[in-house]
Amino acid sequence: MNRLLTILAVASALTAGCGGGAPEQESGEEQAAPAPVAAGGELTDFQLEHGIGPVTEPVQLGEPDEELAAAGEQIFNLKCMACHRLEDRYIGPPLGDVLDRRTPTYVMNMMLNPTGMTERHPDAKAVLAEYLAPMPNQDLTVEEARSVLEYLRLAATKVDVEQ
Amino acid sequence: MSFRRNAILGLVTVAAIGIGIFACQTTGRSTDLVSARDAAAAVYVPPGEYDEFYAFMSGGFSGNLTVMGLPSGRLLKTVPVFSQFPENGWGYNEETKAMLQTSYGFAAWDDSHHPELSMTDGVPDGRWIFINANNTPRIARIDLTEFETKEILEIPNSAGNHGSPFITPNSEYIVATTRFSVPVPNRDMPISEYASNFKGMLSFVRANDPGNMDVAFQIIVPGYNYDLAHAGKGPSHGWMFFTSYNAEEAHTLLEVNASKRDKDFIAAVDWRRAEECVAQGSARSMPARYVHNYKGEDRIARSEMRESVTVLEPATCERLVYFLPTPKSPHGVDVDPTGEFIVAGGKLATVIPVHSFSKMIAAIEEQKFEGEVDGIPVLQYDAIIAGEVPDPGLGPLHTEFDGRGFAYTTAFISSEIVKWSLETFQVVDRIPVYYSVGHLMIPGGDSRQPWGKYLVALNKMTKDRYLPTGPELAHSAQLIDISGDKMRLLLDFPTMGEPHYAQAIPAELILEKQLRLYRLSENRNPFATMGEGAAKVTREGRRVHVQMTAIRSHFAPDNIEGVEVGDTVYFHVTNLEQDWDVPHGFATLGMETAELLIMPGDTRTLTWVPKQPGIYPFYCTDFCSALHQEMQGYIRISPRGSGVPLAWGTGGRLTTQAAN
Repeated sequence: MNRLLTILAVASALTAGCGGGAPEQESGEEQAAPAPVAAGGELTDFQLEHGIGPVTEPVQLGEPDEELAAAGEQIFNLKCMACHRLEDRYIGPPLGDVLDRRTPTYVMNMMLNPTGMTERHPDAKAVLAEYLAPMPNQDLTVEEARSVLEYLRLAATKVDVEQ
Repeated sequence: MSFRRNAILGLVTVAAIGIGIFACQTTGRSTDLVSARDAAAAVYVPPGEYDEFYAFMSGGFSGNLTVMGLPSGRLLKTVPVFSQFPENGWGYNEETKAMLQTSYGFAAWDDSHHPELSMTDGVPDGRWIFINANNTPRIARIDLTEFETKEILEIPNSAGNHGSPFITPNSEYIVATTRFSVPVPNRDMPISEYASNFKGMLSFVRANDPGNMDVAFQIIVPGYNYDLAHAGKGPSHGWMFFTSYNAEEAHTLLEVNASKRDKDFIAAVDWRRAEECVAQGSARSMPARYVHNYKGEDRIARSEMRESVTVLEPATCERLVYFLPTPKSPHGVDVDPTGEFIVAGGKLATVIPVHSFSKMIAAIEEQKFEGEVDGIPVLQYDAIIAGEVPDPGLGPLHTEFDGRGFAYTTAFISSEIVKWSLETFQVVDRIPVYYSVGHLMIPGGDSRQPWGKYLVALNKMTKDRYLPTGPELAHSAQLIDISGDKMRLLLDFPTMGEPHYAQAIPAELILEKQLRLYRLSENRNPFATMGEGAAKVTREGRRVHVQMTAIRSHFAPDNIEGVEVGDTVYFHVTNLEQDWDVPHGFATLGMETAELLIMPGDTRTLTWVPKQPGIYPFYCTDFCSALHQEMQGYIRISPRGSGVPLAWGTGGRLTTQAAN
C-alpha cells in the first residue's frame, strides 16, 4: 500500500510539472563521462503505434454509435473542453481531426495515461514540446474514454479543423 | 489552559522556587536519553515512508486541530474548526461561513481543548474525531476521510464547555459540561446570587448519526465547576464520570475560595437511567436557543436555530446521579481499560485517589451515603475507594493507560510523569518533562485497548527547549517510549497553538479510506460550473455571479467587464481537475477577505464589493503547474451607472450582454 501511494504521489508531483521520470542508467560500458540518458526507455512497436496505457489491444470502432457519442460529449464538455476545442488549437491541439493523426487506441491511452505518455512516447513528447502545458489526468474510466473517443470520431465528420 | 492562568503562574512560581526547574536548563537534553543515537533511530521515518500513528493535537487557543505523525512529530495538516483560517478560506467563503454561526452571532475564534475519536466497542475506530469549543460552548465533528469539519452543535444552558467531548464506548453520546455555572435559563441578576441561582449542566449529545447531532438531554446539577469527564467501559459501560471543583460555590477569587474544602465530587451518571426517565416522561422541555451547523452533500454549510432542549433534574429521576467525594479540586477523571478503576487527578492532592466501580455499585446498593446535595446522594469515600497512589508528584492532573496494567499520570507542578501499577497502586517509574505537563496521551490510552508504545507529554511551558523566538514561543510536546520497564524520552517537537490534549490512532485505520478528490459529476453546488463551456457571468440587480473554472493553467473567464463600484461580486470558482493534490487558489486585488483554496472537483465562493473603479488582477495562489505564474486574469470595475456592458471570456473571445 505504501508503495502504491508513493507511486501515486510521485505521479501526481510529475503532473504538477516537477520534471521528468527517473532515468534508467545504462550498464556494462565503461565511460569517462556519463552519456546522455533518454527518459522512458525502449517502447514496443505496439506502444509506438497505439500509445502507452491501460488499452493494450487495438480498439475496433465498429458501427457509429450516436448514443455513446452523446455520453462522450458530456464528458468532453465537463473535463476536456477547458483545454481542447474541436476546430482550433487552444491550450492543447484541436481534436476534430485527431483520428486522422492517431490510432483510436493511441487516443484512448492519451486520455487515460497522459503523464506516462508525455514522459515516454516520442509523439506525445513532441506535442508537449510544442504546446508546453502538460495534459492533466482527468480520472476517466476506460468506458468513459471510449465514449469520448466516439464523440471525437463522429464530430470529425461535422467540423472543419484549422491547422 | 486547563485551569486558571493566574493559578498556573502561582504554581509555576512555587515550582520555580521549590524545584528549580528554570535553573535546570540543561536537564533532559541528553542525560535522560538512553543514547541520542538510539532515540534518533526510534523516531526516524525515512524519506517517503509513513509514520506509524496519526496524532490529533488540539489547537487550544488557535481553535483548530493539528494532525501530526508519530513518532516523527512532523506536522501534516491544520484542520480549521472553530477559528477562521485564511490559509484556505475556512469561515470566510460562502461554503463555510455558516459553520461559525452561534446563537450569539458569528464567532471568528474559539478555544479547542479535547479531541476525541469515535469509538466502536470501546476502541477508536477512525470514523470521526470530535472536539470542543471552550468559550462559546460547541462540539464539532471532523470527518476523517476528508479531514474537514462537517458539523458543529452549540450547547445551550452552558458556559465554558471544558469537560467535553468525551465519548461512550459505541459513540452513543458525547458529553458537554459547564465549567462556569450560570443562571439557568441565563438572565440578568446580581452575581452575588450565585449560590441560589447558578447551576451546572451535564449535557449528553447524540453523536453517531452524521448531520443529526443533537442534545439528547441535559441534567441540572449544583452550581459547581464541572471540569472533565470519561465514560465507563466494560462493567461500567452505561456510566459517565464527571469531575467538579468549587463545591464551595465561590464566585470570586476562586484560587482561594474554591480550594477550602478537603474534597469535591466526581459525579457518576447512569445514562441508561437518564434514557429511562426521559422515556417515562420525567424530563421537561425547556426553551433554549442554540445553533446547529452542518455541511451536507452539496458541501455548503447551513445553520439552523433550535428552540428547545430536554432537561432532567436528579430530584425527579432517582438513581440518576451519585457524588463520589474526591480530594482537593479534582481535574482529570480517567477510567482504566478494564472499566473497574476510576482515577482522579486532584490537582492540589498529595495522592492519586482510585475509586472502584464495583465498590461504588455495592455502596449504592447498601446505601452507604454520607449526605445528599440537591437530591444527589453523596457516597462514603471509604466505601468506594480502591486505593490511593502515594507520592505521585506534585499537582497530579491526568492519567492514561498502556493496556499492560500500568497507569501514567502527569504531575503539573513537579513537571514529571509517573508510571504506577494498577495492582499495587505504587509508583514504579518516573521521568521529568519540560515543562509543566498538562495532559498526556497514549494512542488509545483512554480506551479499552490502548496501543501502548508511545506516550506524548503535552507541556504548558516551553522556556528554553527551542531556539528562542521573542516573548511568544511555540508550545512543546515530548515523545516518550513506554514499551519497556523504564520510560525513555525520545523527542521534543513544537506544536501549533496550545496542544491541550491529543489523541492518536494507528495510521492503517485511517490511511486507506482517504478521499483524494471530489468527483465533478457529483458536485451539487448550485453555482458549480460544469465544464469551461458553462462558465458565465450573470447580473441580478447589484449582485454579479461569476461562474468560473480553474484548470492547469487558466481561469475561464479570465477577462471580465461590466462590473461596477458597489456591486457585490461572487466568484464561484470550480476546480475542474480530477487528479490528486492539484488544488487551485483564487484571490483578487483589494479583496477584504481570505483566498479561496479549491480542491479538485469542488466549488468555493469568494465575495467582494469593489469600492474604486479600475482594473483588478486576480490569480491562482496555489502553485499548480509550470505555467502557474501565467494563471491570472483581469476584472474591470467601472464607475457606478457607467453602463459598460457585461462581458466575459478567455482567449480573446468575449461574450457580451447588454447592461441592464
